[in-house]
Amino acid sequence: MRGPRWTAAVIPLSIALAVAGCGGGDGNKSGGGDPQKNDNTEITVFGTEPERPLVPGDTNESGGSKIIDALFTGLMDFDPVSGEPRLANAESFELTKPNEYTIKLHKDWKFHDGTPVLAKNYVDAWNYTAYSPNGQQQSSFFAQVAGYDQVSTADPDGDGPKKPPTPPEKTMSGLKVIDDYTFTVTFTKPHAIFKTKTGYTAYMPMPDVFFTDKEKFLDHPVGNGGFEYVDRVPDQELRIQRYKDYQGSDKPKINHVKFRFMDSDAAYVDIKGNQLDFLDTLPPQAIAGNVWQQDLPGRADIADVLANQTVSFPLYDKKYQSKDFRHAVSMAINRQEVIDAIYEGTRKPATGYGVPKLPGWEEGACGKWCEYNPEEAKKLFDQSGWKGGIEITSNADGGHKEWVEAVCGQIENTLGVDCTFVPVQEFGEIREAINAHTMDQIYRSGWLADYALVENFLNPIYRTGGSSNDNGYTNPEVDAKLEAADSAPTEEEAFALYHEAEEMIAEDMPAVPLWNNPSIYAWSDRLTNVRMTPKRELDLSSVEVK
Amino acid sequence: MGRYVLRRLLQLIPVFIGCTFLIYVLVWSIPGNPFAGMCGERPCPDSFIAMMTDKYNLDDNVVVQYFKYMGNLLTGDFGETFSGLDVGELISLRYPVSVRLALVAVAIEAVIGLVAGILTGLRGRGFLDNLVLVSTLFLIAIPTFVTGFVIQILLGFQWEIMTPTVSSEANWSELIIPGFVLGSLSMAYVSRLTRTSIAENKRSDYIRTALAKGQPQRRIVWVHLLRNSVIPVLTFLGTDIGTLMGGAIVTEGIFGINGVGRLVYDGILSKEGVIVTGVVVLLVLVFLVINLIIDLLYAVLDPRIRYD
Amino acid sequence: MTDPTAAAAGSTATRDSESYVIAAEHVEDVVAKPGKPRSLASDAWHDLRRRPLFAVAGSVILLLVIVALFPGLFTDADPDLKNLAHTREPPSGDAWFGYDLQGRDVYARVVYGTRWSLLVGLGAAVVTVLLGSVLGIFAGFAGGWVDGLLSRIGEIFFGLPFVLGAIVILTLFRNAGVSGALPIVGAVVASLAVLSWPVAMRIMRSAAIAAKQQDYVKAARALGARPARIVFRHLLPNCLAPVLVYATIALGAFIGAEATLSFLGIGLRDPAVSWGVMIADSRNFVRVAPHMLLFPAGFLTVTVLAFVMLGDAVREALDPKMR
Repeated sequence: MRGPRWTAAVIPLSIALAVAGCGGGDGNKSGGGDPQKNDNTEITVFGTEPERPLVPGDTNESGGSKIIDALFTGLMDFDPVSGEPRLANAESFELTKPNEYTIKLHKDWKFHDGTPVLAKNYVDAWNYTAYSPNGQQQSSFFAQVAGYDQVSTADPDGDGPKKPPTPPEKTMSGLKVIDDYTFTVTFTKPHAIFKTKTGYTAYMPMPDVFFTDKEKFLDHPVGNGGFEYVDRVPDQELRIQRYKDYQGSDKPKINHVKFRFMDSDAAYVDIKGNQLDFLDTLPPQAIAGNVWQQDLPGRADIADVLANQTVSFPLYDKKYQSKDFRHAVSMAINRQEVIDAIYEGTRKPATGYGVPKLPGWEEGACGKWCEYNPEEAKKLFDQSGWKGGIEITSNADGGHKEWVEAVCGQIENTLGVDCTFVPVQEFGEIREAINAHTMDQIYRSGWLADYALVENFLNPIYRTGGSSNDNGYTNPEVDAKLEAADSAPTEEEAFALYHEAEEMIAEDMPAVPLWNNPSIYAWSDRLTNVRMTPKRELDLSSVEVK
Repeated sequence: MGRYVLRRLLQLIPVFIGCTFLIYVLVWSIPGNPFAGMCGERPCPDSFIAMMTDKYNLDDNVVVQYFKYMGNLLTGDFGETFSGLDVGELISLRYPVSVRLALVAVAIEAVIGLVAGILTGLRGRGFLDNLVLVSTLFLIAIPTFVTGFVIQILLGFQWEIMTPTVSSEANWSELIIPGFVLGSLSMAYVSRLTRTSIAENKRSDYIRTALAKGQPQRRIVWVHLLRNSVIPVLTFLGTDIGTLMGGAIVTEGIFGINGVGRLVYDGILSKEGVIVTGVVVLLVLVFLVINLIIDLLYAVLDPRIRYD
Repeated sequence: MTDPTAAAAGSTATRDSESYVIAAEHVEDVVAKPGKPRSLASDAWHDLRRRPLFAVAGSVILLLVIVALFPGLFTDADPDLKNLAHTREPPSGDAWFGYDLQGRDVYARVVYGTRWSLLVGLGAAVVTVLLGSVLGIFAGFAGGWVDGLLSRIGEIFFGLPFVLGAIVILTLFRNAGVSGALPIVGAVVASLAVLSWPVAMRIMRSAAIAAKQQDYVKAARALGARPARIVFRHLLPNCLAPVLVYATIALGAFIGAEATLSFLGIGLRDPAVSWGVMIADSRNFVRVAPHMLLFPAGFLTVTVLAFVMLGDAVREALDPKMR
């Protein structure tokens, strides 16, 4: 998606602010590690079994990205202390024309099997991911590159038996290899955000072996990052170790890392007993009554993650068309009460569609619509003429049951209408109904930012045709306001315009903002220099053993 | 005897096919697209869905799919999960853990159940008898998950005698308490069955004759009484191994044991018929074979029983 | 001890020897009702009445049935009323069993949950016994290939691991959009029955086979009685006993099974309150609010115990060898 021109300057600052908040307080990681121990100890990190084979262009969930992030390094990455984006595999990354970048790679980088990292490794990988018959999940991340529409075709009848036609081209015209270490990327329209985006999983290079002997690669993935793959036991664990010839500036200090795929309840028991070294999200049983503070003194902390929680209305269903009804639902919820009861007060009620710590973001865009006001809510509800009960649906695991039931309870008590939580066993069921626009219940939703800008919380979700605009929300005035904000000449003007857009969205209330989603993480006694990346992962390049 | 075995083996086949086909159809008919949730919070690209549907034959009707699957099975190919892992490898890692758990459970229930049953069966009414009766009643009544839950909380969290969850290696010593929980219901049945069996046989003619002949009590109990009383119990224990292997899912869930139960549970929820049928095939096979062996053992132990 | 008045009052011509023996043993009863000989059923009933196990179990069950039918008599509180201000409060004067995470009255929920648990147990037991008995008698009586076929089908269902099969069937129902209290109960009952009928069938079948060999059945056949008459008049009454024993114990087991399925998350759910769901919900809070676990678990145990005790007592009463 297009980003405004001024963002290129803002991002370093914003990420610095975000990561400064993310890193948590200082009590936990001062003091260096013991180099001997760093070399000889194997630390264990909580993880979940990757849902797809370890191919960067096909990995979209946290289980797999955790490992891909360790095995691969892209053109850019982020300074672990300040959070600023900086060149990694790329030696230079210049905007040579308004919609063209020229990228030069460092000449001494190698893949873990010894082959050099060349420009063609990037271009071939990106073409492979974009080419739709390969069925790679991240293919839409190349949608702005010139020639994408020739390599990607849509299924003409959705889920039906007809297969999508074979695309006419296998490579995108916008990707050109100039010499061994140089290539250019041309976009259909100027795309300033691209430079930062290349830090993400979709844009990793692939070694030659992936193209010549895919089975061999899948059996033993080869990357260009600070760690190389060792082995795995399916559904149980996966081991990596430091790659000794790594040329990047974020060389890891730790040598052996084992990811253990387990239940978070079992992981909590292990982290208490120092049998597990890092757990990025404590389970609900640890949060209840704040027992984690007693169990893990000095080795647990809360990190602000750029994520929020909302519930969305399926606007294509006529039932939900009354604005009064949507406002009534939002005003019927006493967010603070739910946070105190379910989360022991570790979150903040949402007052807008962004989260605290976003640069330039101000609270209060939602205004009175997000404030608990039972009388007004009841009035609006009666005005709206809603018939029957209300249903909110979500997958029951992941601790969602508790808060959705609580929210339902609030709605019931304030509006006097029956509210039922309809759980589903598997997240896929909800996703399916959402994709097909057949959802007829209010559903749990939320957003985890791709990068630290309020723009990312608005454009993909609330703009007409946004890539994650699931409920069909469309308001041409909001679109215009967002467009104006995107092309504003200065940061202040842009932030002010985004705030105005937020206010307009709150007037329509396509989704009810509830609260932000921080992460409570913990580590074992023997770790030091523990830091969480904005992606909710342990920063493996800085962690050490005491 | 040989003809009986052959006949039973032949009868095994339609039952086996029926069972596995039933499970396959049931999992297959669970409504919903199995791929919808695999792409995080975004809809999956059409190309991805098309590729997966093709790979897993999901466009064929269920009978064709079943036969394709069984065909692969016969060559030892258990297929792949949706995330590309080899099902055969997954099962071979997890199955031994479930087997160990079941064996531990059966061993515990056999030892405790038999001892309790023999003691009370011989002694008759009394304090011990009532104690055993009442405690077995409780064990039968309390569902396994409550027992497991409470034990985990008491021993694991409160008193910290054991680790609340089992490690991934799951060696024999760690499985003792989960095995006890798993076998608690059957332990109650075993002790009652033994008790009843002994109490009945105690009054039979040949025992009275042996007593009258002046045989020592120990000989009577061990040689005559036990051998006859234990037959129904052995039958029960044998079938229990088969049942426990398939039914340990709750215990595995509570104690975090990496067995086959958890695998299948997740497989059902994510509609991966490949995993579910693969495991059920094994479980059913084991169950049926053990049943057959027990029946044959029956004939060996009790010469009055004749198969033809 | 013979009561001379009884022996003198009834003339020997109309009494048969059996009733005489019974008269000798149970004098008080026979004085009231001379004439028809006592059947196994009434024999058993008289025996049952005098067992303490039965009395205790029976009264507990009676109490539970009343609670299930009239929960309002036992509590004023609304089991669904959520009030976060009371979250996880321990037992007190206002709420005897305390509050759960959502601030709902645990006592009220336990009381209202009785209805659903009993409904599932009873429903599943009835359906299983009906289905199993019909097929069992049919198989036992008809014999031959019908018997073979039915037995094989039974084995197929029997071979399915219970919990697994239940999960699959319930997931099917759930994904097909079954919702609302009674339909969910129906789905759970159906899944329990589908997986348990082979056991009932087997019991009935072996009883039918044994009864078929009896002389009176052969006599009835020789006399030209229609199969239906034979089945209903002769076979059924004699096969009923073992099935009855199974049914009462199974009822308890089904209540436990429903709790297990709800614990796994695929059984009953709101608005049908289930003890199993309450226990599952308490999982994360046991350290801070143990009352959320204790009371539903206690009620569940007592209920299942009562049915199992009842079944035990019935079995002992019906089993002539245990006298």
